Amino acid sequence: MTAQLEYPDLQDSEALLSIQGLWKVFGPKAARVPRRPELAALSRAQLLDQTGCTAAVRDLSFDVAPGEVFVVMGLSGSGKSTLVRCLTRLIEPTAGSIYFEGEDLRAADEKRLRTLRRSKFSMVFQHFGLLPHRKVIDNVSYGLEVRGESKPDRRRRAQEVIDLVGLRGNENLYPEQLSGGMQQRVGLARALACDPDVLLFDEPFSALDPLIRREMQTEVVRLHREVGKTMVFITHDLSEALKLGDRILLMRDGEAVQLGTGDELVGAPADDYVRDFVRDVPRADVLTLRWIVRQPRDGEELAGLELGPDVLVREATRQVLEAGGAVKVVADGQLLGVVGDEEILAVVADRETAPAPARRLS
Amino acid sequence: MASITGSVEIEVRRPRRGVIVGVLLVAWVAAWFVLKGINTLALGGQETTGLHRWLTDQRDFLGGGNAFLDAIRVVVDQFVILLQAVIAQPSYGRPVPLIGWLGVVAVSAYLAWAFGNWKVAVLTAAGLTFLGLQGLWQESMDTLSLTIAAVLLALLAGIPLGIWAGLSNRAFKVATLILDLMQTLPTFVYLAPLTLFFAIGPAAATIATLIYAAPPVVRLTAHAIRSVPRESVEAARSLGSSGGQTLMKVLLPMSRSTVVVGINQTIMAALSMVTVAALIDAPGLGQTVLKALQTLDVGVAFNAGLAIVVLAIVLDRVTTAAGDRPWRTASLRRKVLLGAGAVVALVAVWFSRTYVWAADFPTGANIGSKIAVATTDATNWVQDVFGGFTFGVRDAVTKGVLNPLEALLTESPWWLVAVVIVALAALLGSWRGAVPAAVCLGLLVATGVWHDSMVTLASTLLATVVVVAVGIVLGVWTGRNHRADSWLRPILDAGQTMPPFVYLVPFLALFGTSRFTAIAAAVVFAVPVTTKIVADGIRAVPVATVEAANSVGSSTWQVISKVQLPVARRAIALAVNQGLIYVLSMVVVGGLVGAGALGYDVAAGFAQSELYGKGLAAGLAIVLLGVMLDRITQAAARRTRKFKGTARGDNLW
Repeated sequence: MTAQLEYPDLQDSEALLSIQGLWKVFGPKAARVPRRPELAALSRAQLLDQTGCTAAVRDLSFDVAPGEVFVVMGLSGSGKSTLVRCLTRLIEPTAGSIYFEGEDLRAADEKRLRTLRRSKFSMVFQHFGLLPHRKVIDNVSYGLEVRGESKPDRRRRAQEVIDLVGLRGNENLYPEQLSGGMQQRVGLARALACDPDVLLFDEPFSALDPLIRREMQTEVVRLHREVGKTMVFITHDLSEALKLGDRILLMRDGEAVQLGTGDELVGAPADDYVRDFVRDVPRADVLTLRWIVRQPRDGEELAGLELGPDVLVREATRQVLEAGGAVKVVADGQLLGVVGDEEILAVVADRETAPAPARRLS
Repeated sequence: MASITGSVEIEVRRPRRGVIVGVLLVAWVAAWFVLKGINTLALGGQETTGLHRWLTDQRDFLGGGNAFLDAIRVVVDQFVILLQAVIAQPSYGRPVPLIGWLGVVAVSAYLAWAFGNWKVAVLTAAGLTFLGLQGLWQESMDTLSLTIAAVLLALLAGIPLGIWAGLSNRAFKVATLILDLMQTLPTFVYLAPLTLFFAIGPAAATIATLIYAAPPVVRLTAHAIRSVPRESVEAARSLGSSGGQTLMKVLLPMSRSTVVVGINQTIMAALSMVTVAALIDAPGLGQTVLKALQTLDVGVAFNAGLAIVVLAIVLDRVTTAAGDRPWRTASLRRKVLLGAGAVVALVAVWFSRTYVWAADFPTGANIGSKIAVATTDATNWVQDVFGGFTFGVRDAVTKGVLNPLEALLTESPWWLVAVVIVALAALLGSWRGAVPAAVCLGLLVATGVWHDSMVTLASTLLATVVVVAVGIVLGVWTGRNHRADSWLRPILDAGQTMPPFVYLVPFLALFGTSRFTAIAAAVVFAVPVTTKIVADGIRAVPVATVEAANSVGSSTWQVISKVQLPVARRAIALAVNQGLIYVLSMVVVGGLVGAGALGYDVAAGFAQSELYGKGLAAGLAIVLLGVMLDRITQAAARRTRKFKGTARGDNLW
């Protein structure tokens, strides 16, 4: 369990989870929809009108790298919760394939699927999904119980994760005796207890108060740092997505609108829908200098200061403004360009400059 | 759009439909004057038709030995006999049951404490001891044995069925359909056909009881399984639970309290049916009530009726308390106390096997005869003092309303009555009402008990009118007034758990044996359910709607008549439907106290073997009347348009 603190190198690593052409259609004779191009091309409303079917997930493809926090974001009804359930076939996909460590999950039989769910995947639910008739410790050890571990073993392991999520002292309480935040810690502990490779989160914090939500987000960041699990995180909250996600998949009506890092979504929205979505984000907190560098003007006076391209605009503001001239942005000893007061202030004042994707230097 | 045209249609149609109904009824009365007395299909008390004789022969034929049915009968019989040997009847060469009264009281109280709480344990001990003091220990234990046997068998079949219906959508649909149908059949009618297959006695009584008592537990188990939060099930599956693990560790534990509510309803239904099953020679308290009713001994009937009520209250409270127990596992202190209690209960059992005073309830302490005598005295006093009044009311209603209605129904030619009923059904419920009505009427003619059916129908209609009127008044009152609801509801709940027999006793005291007695008892029997449904409908009217009506200055009466009743009319239609079914089943039981007609035919069929076929046909006629009235009212209810927000009434089906 080596902690992967570094930003995962997506190009080189083998994908842990690979989704290709995934469809989930609800309704009568759902299987025909992905198969027939003329139906597959219909919009959601037209499809419902013509066939009585609803396409919750439409032709999605993406890879999740080991150790990555992969966020799926969208408004309610965008199909994100269906998607996460399709990953372990809690909901049976209509078409497409799911590869986990190279194994085709759609070909797995019920027994193999159970084995995978017992050891490789765990899920945390929006409304916690706890068992009200079991104490905290018995809720946490449920997964160990169904895979047949002995009572002392599961007690020991459950106690470990209860300590890890900060629930020590509450082992013998019942879920109804805990606050919402505490209950979700139980949900988290239950998911961690089986020591899975992939943690799936289905809007885990949207039922919580804002303060508790922030605390729990920090908790997830901490846990990710400590245990280094791969996470697929569903949310409708953009700031949560930006805070947690290494990469973000934005969904709308079951389709992928844009897949990229947080600063890519904010800096280079793929269409007006995404632009609208990210409008209220404080851009200085998300964009890095990479997004605002420009070539030095002729005869421009440059400050002696050098900054890296991945420094957040917010963090660079004071230094650039006090430098008394444009600051060089340097990566690996190579000059990418410069950043002056003007560029910084445009971002900090949150004026939308709509940087063209072409301006992005990488 | 649809709702606009709909309301216009109703505006135009209503008065016209009323006029047509009026004209139809006037024409009927006119035709009655002319055609009175012809084609009435009257059949004397001892007369039978070919069908009846054929049915009688069938019993002899079936009774001659069908190996499969006999096997079922023997197994059920042995099970009942085993339970009776343990608590009720002298057994294994001993003059007393295996466990005497002290042991039964101790074990029952202990179980009540272990599954419920100490309060219901005290209630159980007191209640059971009271049964003994009434001098009805053995009868009570017979009733309890039959009830336990029927409930255990009902749960054995009902809980797995409920789980199946909870897990499978298709099974759920089929189960709902069948259970709905079973619910519309009056209690009484299960008995007749069953005796055809299982003869009379404890086995037939137990099987009838388990058929009657199983639906609630099936329904509520399915409902409980289906209402387990989806996320809890998904969580269990996402952790790799197999189907069996999900069922045993998640679905069933989380369904527990609702399933216990189902068990409670099943027990109450079983107790009620076991007493009615006295008609087919089931032993126990029902037998005592029945014999007392037949000899018009109100005192003894009251004493035994009281015992049934006490038993009902004890069983109801204990199972309710068991359902309310929280999830928590027992504390160490409670575990120790439970262990000690078990020892005490076992010692009591040992005592009850060793000493006569603990085995046979001491007769010296009998207060039953005192209760009977006091009741008889009180009855005589009431009859002396109020007799003029109550008998006056009875005679006035009988002469003024019941006799004319009955004359109209029984003295008209059968085809005239059939035409009028089908026409009314068509007017109220279009073809959905008319077609079943026509089919049922045709079959009624075929049963050969048309005349008796019309007598029963007259009583049923009169009682239903009263029930609906009282039910709407009480329902509106409790629906609008929380305080009224909070003290009336426990009474209504208690009223619904009483076996129907018990209702007859006080009315017998007040009105003697007559059709009116059965009608009065039926009204009291059916008012609780009607009131509850109306009250729920009134309460389901959106608060904003009522506030809007108040804000434009409506008077209370205007709010009730122009807003609450119209919006709740689906609930009211349902209340009428359920009121009819309850009344019908009670009017039939009333056959025992002089209401005659179908109820009497059925009872006579049980008693006299040559009338068996006629009794069976009369039972069938009751079913047909029930199905017909149910279909017509349901079709009429469907015609009234559904508003948003009144959907709550639907859940009660």
